[in-house]
Amino acid sequence: MSAVDLAASVRTGQRSARSVVEEYLEAIDAAEDRIHAFNLVMADEALEAADALDHRVASGEDPGPLAGVPVVAKDNLCTRGVPTTCGSLILQNWRPPYDATVVKRLSAAGAVLVGKTNMDEFAMGSSTENSAFGPTRNPLANDRVPGGSSGGSAAAVAAGFAPLALGSDTGGSIRQPAALCGVVGVKPTYGLVSRYGLVAFASSLDQVGPFATTVADAALLLEVVGGHDPMDSTSIPEPLPGLVGVLEDGVDGLRIGVIEELSGDGLDGIASDVQARVTAAAEALSAAGATVEPTSVPSTVYGLSAYYVIAPAEASSNLARYDGVRYGLRVDAPSTPEMNTATRTAGFGDEVKRRIMLGTYALSAGYYDAYYLKAQKVRTLIADDLRRAYQQFDLLVCPTAPTTAFPLGEKTADPMLMYLNDVCTIPSNLAGHPAMSVPFGTGDDGLPVGVQVLAPAMAEPTMFRAASVLEAAAVNGP
Amino acid sequence: MSGVPDGWEVVVGLEVHAELATATKMFSGAPNRFGGNPNTHIDPVSLGLPGSLPVLNERAVELAIRVGLALNCRVQRSVFARKNYFYPDMPKDFQISQYDQPINVDGWLELPDGRRVGIERAHLEEDTGKTVHVGGGGRIHEAAYSLVDYNRAGVPLIEIVGAPDLRSADDARAYVGELRAILVAIGASDGKMEEGSMRVDCNVSVRPEGSQQLGTRCEVKNINSLRSLGRAIDYEARRQIDLIDAGEVVAQQTRHWDEDHGRTHTLRSKEEAFDYRYFPEPDLVPVDPPEAWVTEIANALPLLPGARRKRLAEAAGTTPAGAALTVERGLDDLALAAIAEGAEAARVLIHAENNLAGGAGFLTADSFAALTAMEAGGQLTATQAKTVLAELVAAGGEPTDIANRHGFEAMETSEVETIVDQVIAANPDEWTEFLGGDEKERKKKSGFFVGQVMKATGGQADGRVVNEVLEARAAD
Amino acid sequence: MTERISTDDVAHVARLARLELGPDELESFTSQLGAVLDHAADLDSLDLDGVEPTAHPLPLSNVLRPDEVGPTLDPDEVLAAAPAVEDGQFRVPPVLGEAP
Repeated sequence: MSAVDLAASVRTGQRSARSVVEEYLEAIDAAEDRIHAFNLVMADEALEAADALDHRVASGEDPGPLAGVPVVAKDNLCTRGVPTTCGSLILQNWRPPYDATVVKRLSAAGAVLVGKTNMDEFAMGSSTENSAFGPTRNPLANDRVPGGSSGGSAAAVAAGFAPLALGSDTGGSIRQPAALCGVVGVKPTYGLVSRYGLVAFASSLDQVGPFATTVADAALLLEVVGGHDPMDSTSIPEPLPGLVGVLEDGVDGLRIGVIEELSGDGLDGIASDVQARVTAAAEALSAAGATVEPTSVPSTVYGLSAYYVIAPAEASSNLARYDGVRYGLRVDAPSTPEMNTATRTAGFGDEVKRRIMLGTYALSAGYYDAYYLKAQKVRTLIADDLRRAYQQFDLLVCPTAPTTAFPLGEKTADPMLMYLNDVCTIPSNLAGHPAMSVPFGTGDDGLPVGVQVLAPAMAEPTMFRAASVLEAAAVNGP
Repeated sequence: MSGVPDGWEVVVGLEVHAELATATKMFSGAPNRFGGNPNTHIDPVSLGLPGSLPVLNERAVELAIRVGLALNCRVQRSVFARKNYFYPDMPKDFQISQYDQPINVDGWLELPDGRRVGIERAHLEEDTGKTVHVGGGGRIHEAAYSLVDYNRAGVPLIEIVGAPDLRSADDARAYVGELRAILVAIGASDGKMEEGSMRVDCNVSVRPEGSQQLGTRCEVKNINSLRSLGRAIDYEARRQIDLIDAGEVVAQQTRHWDEDHGRTHTLRSKEEAFDYRYFPEPDLVPVDPPEAWVTEIANALPLLPGARRKRLAEAAGTTPAGAALTVERGLDDLALAAIAEGAEAARVLIHAENNLAGGAGFLTADSFAALTAMEAGGQLTATQAKTVLAELVAAGGEPTDIANRHGFEAMETSEVETIVDQVIAANPDEWTEFLGGDEKERKKKSGFFVGQVMKATGGQADGRVVNEVLEARAAD
Repeated sequence: MTERISTDDVAHVARLARLELGPDELESFTSQLGAVLDHAADLDSLDLDGVEPTAHPLPLSNVLRPDEVGPTLDPDEVLAAAPAVEDGQFRVPPVLGEAP
């Protein structure tokens, strides 16, 4: 049942929130051992919240647009008094004394938080294998990764543990796992959703966004959590554009470009079965009345290099605070500098250390201009290129991930190979633009393929219209 | 006064950190308040908790612009940057500061003597928490452990970087004094060095007099008063001169002022390299103050101490330096009003400097003017005037009523003459010395005789009249 | 671009970042970071003369909040989460030096 329908049934009193929550908790019980989508299942808190909600419904109050809908949140979103680990030993037992803005908005909308989902440590990774608490498995093929870094959230929705999930996307961390798990995943325009209470990875790239089984559910969740927040200086001070209301508007008359550089022809590593689905998606959009044609956005291929300088640079600074002084892990040592070092050495996993060192190097004296400043200039080029493309097109299309879900362990030994997973998703983060992954059939291995729809800043309504068309076309078969 | 030996010149540039007088911290709503129990003025932002984000305090920006305008700076578009280094009193292990694009640049400050000192920049940054070292006498290196309080973390600071235009400890004190007066006058900071709300780091170098080249400088930290500022500069200049005289080289380093032992010493090991890895703070957006806002702030600025000194000096027929103390005490408006009422300016300033250290209280311009008129007319002696003034300050009233209540009336000149003669007769040796002395000696002895006369009259004689009588007797 | 990152460079950034690496880790991290930086060398082919750097995807400026006191945290709750406390403060081993 979709979140939209669940909320309607709870709002009208057809179903109790408790019965909804119990149903999902049972689903979790039945399969979580196999999947490991969660770092924490909040059964008691969820049932308590559900009862409170039922009480509100009974007393005639408006229980909110997500009344009684179970939602899970990535474990880098702060939840007051509830462990928020970021998949890291360094925060293993940390209970934030405050709620993230999106968590507050969820609860104000009547949603019921049922758990904190597993993730690559500090959102650094594309497979959820970098979690300090063990990997999450793809619900559709348990020997495969769910993608990452929001792999737990994607897997939870794909496994039916919750109809909705929140994740965070710095270089593709919502869209890529959504593609690999066969669900809808959205990275909104930078600044559309508050980052207050999202534990930072790379502040100028991070964005919170929804996972759902349907495009409409994703739109509803984004409407609930999005919108201006004065606690975030980078929050867009404009009203959120309406999404749920435009889903049926179709794509007739829209101009849609297929990015040549990020296609199987333009880029090594895009699997042919993935490319075939993108081509089919282009045809479906065309059949629905859009003008679809290939287009060149040349600098997008440089996104990966720029990203793997900028994101680690910001991360190296954002993660300095885990020093064993105020919260989280401390490993004792005779002096504070030694204690800092012992704590960080024991508390961070290899991927986090790699990126901290990479970022420290890129910012250090003598290398700043060669790496960090250069990457920032490339960021300008990519944004300019996309701006030019959007003078001609309303939307762009390309694969979400180069392949379908890959086997666990396949890419862990070679960081660069893992990073290549993000090649198609990174440009939107660098430009601050919205993009979403929509499931569109399967690859040769029978596993889902995601098609990515990209839009200019604040053009979420147009993006969701195209996503709806693709969703309908996928259901009706290629 | 100490200083540097002949043939040497000391070059000083100061970096002053002043806490801005806001209600809340630079980037969050936690209170900006001195004191309080440790770790009570904290919120997720000032504690640097994961997920917390900074949002800039509008008032801090306004106060920074005030400082910039008061220091004749150009106010410009500015960008915050992160300065990365590990230290336990810094909750995020980076400090949000302004680096290559500060809010205020290229200004100057005029010292009370009229010389200008360049201001290179005045930028915004956040304060750190406080670390207390426990054991080992509280010294960092011997401490058993340390305790950290984050109440101060995130308090808005303005860092004012002065050019190396100062040439002595006196210059430096005058500069800091003037800067403090400006900051207080414009409401930007309370300027309390003893509470640490104004902190001075001082760059000192020495060079042979006449040289145009700057010597290697040392930065001296931990200066907690104007007095230690002067002492630290003198000590540090001497240390550097002694090194050079001994054929050694001054190493560029940060040194710590040790108030108890009156010396500077180095704390940091030389090997420890710092690489702050500055980069633009991605959680904040640029500050680009609209011109209209800057103009509005400029128009609302009060008259600054320098202009007030000039204004009073003109009205009182003295120099700006001569008006300085009155302005520093905030008595210039009262003094100007009293002068406008016809008071004798010199008397007004003398009272402001000698008898109004604690402020003017209930004293009005009218009564001030009336008091000085009585004094000038010989109706009150200086001592009596002081008594009346004290009552005016404490409770207000009419000077004539107060004088009457005390039974003050000026002694007739003939009475004074009688007593002067008695005092001369009682002190023949002093009188001989008075008659035979040079001008200096004579002045000294006249002080003696005036004192004796005052004693004999219970302060009712007018000192000026006593002097006139003394001179008349000497001429006889 | 620049010379390939060396084990000395990696040891230096590890020190700056307060991380300790064993000899094997130093080798493997150096080669992994080298691979990423080699990939980033593709940026050298771009003509970036006159291109302004982008620090931020949004063209926002002057985001300010009123100077109004907001809620503070309960010190007991915060200190309870700390690794070591004494007298309402965070306790740390000797810090060895002053802040720079």
